[in-house]
Amino acid sequence: MLGRIARHGLALIATILLGGFLTAVLVRFAPGFDVDQDEIDPHLSSQTIQALHDARTAQHNIFRFYTQSLERAWHGDLGKSLSLGQPVASLIRERTPLTMRLVFTGLAISWGLALAMALSASWMRLPAYDALTTAISGTFLCLPAAVLALLSVLWNVSGALAVGLIVFPKVYRYSRNLLGKAYSLPHIITARAKGLSEWRIVFWHVIPVAGPQLLAVAGVSVSIAIGAAIPVEALCGLAGIGQLAWQAALARDLPLLMNITILVTLVTLLANSGADVIGHMLRGHEA
Amino acid sequence: MKHLRTTAIAVLLLVIGISLSANWLAPEGYAKQYRDTPGAGPSRQHWLGTDDIGRDRFARVLYGTRISLLLAPAAALVSTFMAALIGGLAGYLGGLWARAAMAMTDLFLSLPWLFLLITVRAAMPLNVSPVVSVVVTFSLLGLLGWTSAARVLCASALSLRQADFVRQARASGVSDARLFWVHVLPNLKPALYAQFWISIPAFILSEANLGILGLGVAEPLPSWGSLLKELEGLVSVGEEPWKFVPLILLAVVVTSFQLVLSAQEEAAV
Repeated sequence: MLGRIARHGLALIATILLGGFLTAVLVRFAPGFDVDQDEIDPHLSSQTIQALHDARTAQHNIFRFYTQSLERAWHGDLGKSLSLGQPVASLIRERTPLTMRLVFTGLAISWGLALAMALSASWMRLPAYDALTTAISGTFLCLPAAVLALLSVLWNVSGALAVGLIVFPKVYRYSRNLLGKAYSLPHIITARAKGLSEWRIVFWHVIPVAGPQLLAVAGVSVSIAIGAAIPVEALCGLAGIGQLAWQAALARDLPLLMNITILVTLVTLLANSGADVIGHMLRGHEA
Repeated sequence: MKHLRTTAIAVLLLVIGISLSANWLAPEGYAKQYRDTPGAGPSRQHWLGTDDIGRDRFARVLYGTRISLLLAPAAALVSTFMAALIGGLAGYLGGLWARAAMAMTDLFLSLPWLFLLITVRAAMPLNVSPVVSVVVTFSLLGLLGWTSAARVLCASALSLRQADFVRQARASGVSDARLFWVHVLPNLKPALYAQFWISIPAFILSEANLGILGLGVAEPLPSWGSLLKELEGLVSVGEEPWKFVPLILLAVVVTSFQLVLSAQEEAAV
């Protein structure tokens, strides 16, 4: 188990470093990297302008640029946002709690809804009900996330509900398949035939079979929910990380976007690795 | 299911046909402004009314549908080709190549799709001509959307690598390049078709999201994304229902694609 955790940890660090490097390459080679509007400020002396120019030139080497950024990040300095003029670290610190709340509430809504519908469809085994639940989830699957965010503004409902409805169809599709497969296993069919209560079947027989795979879906759903937070926060006027990323993209504030990218990569990798390790623990416990 | 699939294909063909005849159905074009009637409701002259600067909404829907429906498959073709090249080749070569390709796909997949799109889109110039914005938006979708498909193709190619016919061809002295193009790639065709069809609705929805967020196709060119951006100005859903026509059309098209896909999946099972 410790070996598995260590492997995940190493993979996580390697992915973060590689992701950071690729984002640094993106920032370094983006059009306009060398342009600094301060250089045309008439109030600055020629020495100051030369110093600014030299500082830019020092960043031409991508490896030096990346190691310098890493070194500063290690000491807690994530740089300054070009568009908002504030330290990136404080911007991220201020906005993270709202996004966390939004994502977790959205995930709770989507999982609650998806599991309730998938379980009831598996219990009832009525083709009409199955078609209805599939049609409901299919409808949400066919709507762009940003439209659901706009509709949540129009209907004055919480942004978390929009995130939940964006994530719901993806979770429903997988959980319906997993639960459907679990319910068709011979020992579960026998348990039903012997008259065991549905709740007992769910908790004693279905969850242990489908649980580890559902956990893997849970890990992936965190990534989907973070992606959903961008349009929801941007269009609902919620000052979270998603809105910050959107503002940074519109203002081409690439240093800010680079830090947010690394943060998001870290969170999604942690969620996926966590789900994988817990799933493995459950399977080991079962064996 | 067969009837549903036939209906879905018919709907798709109808929508594509109508959007391709935009030049005849709306000869004035998508950019012409009717300055006397800005923000007008539906009328005999303007079936879906006009937008805030007086452009005919029906014409914009037709031309926007044409752009989204022609370029999403083009982007899907690019992403499928890249997936075949990167995933298929890495799987065929195996070893370090396959591991490197998997690590790369893991990295891309660790970022939420929309987040990845806006990050890379932000690195491109935003103030570009409308035509360039269309090319940039759909190229991005094509160039970034290959990762999950590459993963599937890499796994398929890895299993093909051990197949008897591949071993036999290798033993007969067939070169690696010929082996890949002539023997391995044709066997990946079913996976490639599936990935191509899966990518189209995903790219249509992604373009719509980018457009609503102001990072998609630039004005005055219409696309489903830029048409849906109009919904931002609504105060209530019932206020101007004709503004929802692009959304309904998009949902119908994406649903049709999903139905065709699920029918294909069912047939494969």
